[in-house]
Amino acid sequence: MSDSNTTPLRPPYPAIALLSAAALAYEILLMRLFSIIQWHHFAYMMISVALLGYGAAGAMVTLAQNPLRAHFTAAFATAAGLFGATALLAFLAAQQTGFNALEILWDPRQLGRLALIYLLLLVPFFCAAVALCLSFTQFPAHIPRLYAADILGAAAGGLGVVILLLTVRPETALQLIALIGLAAGALVAWRGAARRTAVGLAVTAAVLLALPASWIALKPSPYKELSQTLNVMGARVVAETSSPLGVVTVVENREIPFRHAPGLSLLATTEPPPQLALFTDGDGLSAINQFDGRWEPLAYLDFLTSALPYHLLERPATLILGAGGGADILQALALGARRVDAVELNPQVVKLVQEQFGAFSGRPYSLPGVRAHLGEARGFVEATDQRFDLIQVALLDAFATAAAGLHGLAESYLYTVEALQAYLNRLNPDGMLAITRWVTLPPRDALKLFGTALAALEANGADDPGARLVMIRGWNTATLLVKNEPFTTGEIAALQTFAAARAFDLVWHPGMSPEAANRYNRLDRPHFYEGAAALLSPERAAFVDRYKFAIRPATDDRPYFFHFFRWETLPEVLTLKDRGGLALLDWGYPVVIATLVQALVASFALTLLPLWLFRRREPTAGRGVGRVALYFTALGLAFMFVEIVFIQKFILFLSHPVYAIAVVLTAFLLFAGLGSRWSNRFASAGTARRAVGWAALVIAGLALSYALALPPLFRHLMGLAEYIKIGLSVLLIAPLAWAMGMLFPLGLARLAARAPALVPWAWALNGFASVVGAVLATVLAIHFGFIAVVGVAVALYLLAAAGFPESGSAGVPTA
Amino acid sequence: MHFAPLIGLLLWLGATGGVLADEFAERRQQLSAEIAALARQTAVETGRREFDPQVMAALERTPRHRFVPAAQIPHAYANRPLPIGHGQTISQPYIVALMTDLIQPQPEHKVLEIGTGSGYQAAVLAELVEQVYTIEIIEPLAVQATKVLEDLDYANVQTRVGDGYYGWEDAGPFDAIMVTAAASHVPPPLIAQLKPGGRMVIPVGARFLTQHLLLVEKQEDGSLTTQQILPVRFVPLTGGPS
Repeated sequence: MSDSNTTPLRPPYPAIALLSAAALAYEILLMRLFSIIQWHHFAYMMISVALLGYGAAGAMVTLAQNPLRAHFTAAFATAAGLFGATALLAFLAAQQTGFNALEILWDPRQLGRLALIYLLLLVPFFCAAVALCLSFTQFPAHIPRLYAADILGAAAGGLGVVILLLTVRPETALQLIALIGLAAGALVAWRGAARRTAVGLAVTAAVLLALPASWIALKPSPYKELSQTLNVMGARVVAETSSPLGVVTVVENREIPFRHAPGLSLLATTEPPPQLALFTDGDGLSAINQFDGRWEPLAYLDFLTSALPYHLLERPATLILGAGGGADILQALALGARRVDAVELNPQVVKLVQEQFGAFSGRPYSLPGVRAHLGEARGFVEATDQRFDLIQVALLDAFATAAAGLHGLAESYLYTVEALQAYLNRLNPDGMLAITRWVTLPPRDALKLFGTALAALEANGADDPGARLVMIRGWNTATLLVKNEPFTTGEIAALQTFAAARAFDLVWHPGMSPEAANRYNRLDRPHFYEGAAALLSPERAAFVDRYKFAIRPATDDRPYFFHFFRWETLPEVLTLKDRGGLALLDWGYPVVIATLVQALVASFALTLLPLWLFRRREPTAGRGVGRVALYFTALGLAFMFVEIVFIQKFILFLSHPVYAIAVVLTAFLLFAGLGSRWSNRFASAGTARRAVGWAALVIAGLALSYALALPPLFRHLMGLAEYIKIGLSVLLIAPLAWAMGMLFPLGLARLAARAPALVPWAWALNGFASVVGAVLATVLAIHFGFIAVVGVAVALYLLAAAGFPESGSAGVPTA
Repeated sequence: MHFAPLIGLLLWLGATGGVLADEFAERRQQLSAEIAALARQTAVETGRREFDPQVMAALERTPRHRFVPAAQIPHAYANRPLPIGHGQTISQPYIVALMTDLIQPQPEHKVLEIGTGSGYQAAVLAELVEQVYTIEIIEPLAVQATKVLEDLDYANVQTRVGDGYYGWEDAGPFDAIMVTAAASHVPPPLIAQLKPGGRMVIPVGARFLTQHLLLVEKQEDGSLTTQQILPVRFVPLTGGPS
């Protein structure tokens, strides 16, 4: 430690930016890694809680600031280096815990394993945050610039990880991020002449690079679809590609064919042709059919519920949303579509189907009459001026995922009222929209979809929506058809013939008699028909209210189609656990609430405890603590609220989830960083309070007008070229983020002048509030919608500004 | 005299073994009583308010602890699904009872099972019917289950490793078929191998979470009817019809 006493005169800006970049990249990467080995939900939960490491570090620095400050160089370098090392090691250890999310309500040990994962992941975030927080404490006079370096680094990290995931596998990205952390530490150690620390970090880097590949390999849960498929004799992976959209895996089995035909009629006598199985992140099985130009082996495609519209339409010009492995394209062509426009989000999927396995698949995306479009489905529909006779929304998600309610949190802009309106507006006269969903029992998806279609028809001005809807179901899929005009008697006759020939049940058609329901796949009651009829009756609101699952239609403001959970149902479901009732529980929402509760409890404990200890030591230091707490908590919550809502709004506009997040997050952080630097000019002068007030007003004005005006504006601008839309998004975000970036450093600089010892504590509070804010934003959006979340954020900003102390008001005198 | 301690040890061991065996039997009975009580609380669509006493007796005779991995033995008689390795599970005993009850097994029946898994369901069936044929697609599981079934002297169970999609043609047709493996659709060859009057049951859902059961009945005239049965009594409307 002899060389650790040197303290640089200037903050180590490059190292801070580098470390901040690595930490944010790590956070995003963990989300990817856990989505591959587990399920998205639990990934969300683990990472939110792990982020509390930021707050915990603030608490630690508050209590130990004197020794840490005395050895700044060594402390920063060691903490940054430990971040690097533990970023990799904590994840590898977390993989070994054997945590099984599916067993969590059966086996109490799983809770222990989950807690262990939290603790493991907390370590790297804690280490990174100790280094960052210590810098703020060490250099109080440089706070706005420090914050700028921190946040600009994070911006680079957010963008960098997307680029990284485009070029290397996630495991490799993990190693690289670990190395960046070590490099940040080494940079400071070298500059501060702490040579031994620098050598130690270099050795650690060498060790991490030398870890055997088998240690670093991802170990997916054995309960994911891909793992299950690979257990079968003869199964082998024949291709794997990775991108920010996910890891796509193709599996072949020459011994035991896949025969993926969800919803196949019991009366079908033919089996599917040879297939390759295609998985995204080890789930969401989609089949690539062997196609050699002969249609007979594809006869099974006519025995799915999704074949219905082809029996009601004459050679339709068809749009397929989510074409995946190509089965829906082949179905359309086999059943007489004269033209097919196929939209697929993931270019790697199209490339695999068309190129590497082109000889097997018969290249469905380039068959005569087929046009392929790479892009997000909703965005394509909003932007196109083409008209179609049929729009097919394919079954994109996995049944097991749907059945276990594992999607509850995922925003989806495919199944909202506005989305269905947009589809209907792209139909030719007498055209049809067809949507196929998994059957869950008691009915959830099917009724929610039916209600959403009703709302869309009503919003489009249809006075008799019941005449424009039909729905059928098999034992595991249901298909809904919607028209802008009433269904004709001829169409209804064709529907009845189609369903009877395949033993599919009628859920609803205009003029249907109750006796026609529930004939083939019998339920104890005709739940589907009764539900549809209730939704069409004047009692709709009461029915939705009394239903034990959340089936209120999703909207762009509350895009949670897969959220079915209701608190009222929970006690009943839990008592049914012994009788196999747990499948009635939708996981998404309880996981979010559990995350929120955990985050709140940990935040309170880790905020109040150090404050209490600190006050015992220095009784005078705590004056004005309430105001400090209010200011930094409000800012942490509000920043996350605004950021999360606008990421969602821009996802819809930029119509690509990953790139939208990268653009929006980077723009937010970049301009917030610049705003922070700019705020420097107000920090020293006596104008801080006015600057804070103006910034809060600008935020309030912009955020509210964006929340209200952007959705309709975006709808008009959807057709613009992608780069113009990105440029426009950045322009819109810039002033908002600029103002948002000013408030935190101005507050912290003021605090540094008045009560420097509280700087790390305030930093910790802000960290906690950010984590709680991220989770709380989702909960509020599920219940009240995004506009409400923005409203709350604006109120918090105004509250924070109002609470900002007057210049020279009472407080701890400056040093 | 020298042997006295040894004899004492042997006696003690014997006694312990006896206690263990008894303990398992006792726990099996408790589980069976628990399931019977649950069945009475649940009116499943079969219209029967309790499971067939023969089915319950079979559950009481079948040593579930022999079919689970060593680490799971303490939970063998808990009413919950258990992992058995290779990403597979042994179903919740209540669901096993319900599925077994739904195919209405008779002593003269020939039953096909697709997805041997641990072999437990096959053993329960073997207690009830004349002959059980069971196919497993995951080789190590098939080997393990075959060994346990042999060790327990289930002579009326025939096992096979391989693809269950085409059933077991030379042994068919069957009085009942139980598909315990995940399936995106009901394989047409299995329907063909079901006798007129036969019943087929398939669990639908994710691992550890059976959402509902699909019961396919082949009428005497060869036509099919299917029922989707929730394992629980659950009315989706509050204050609605029950």
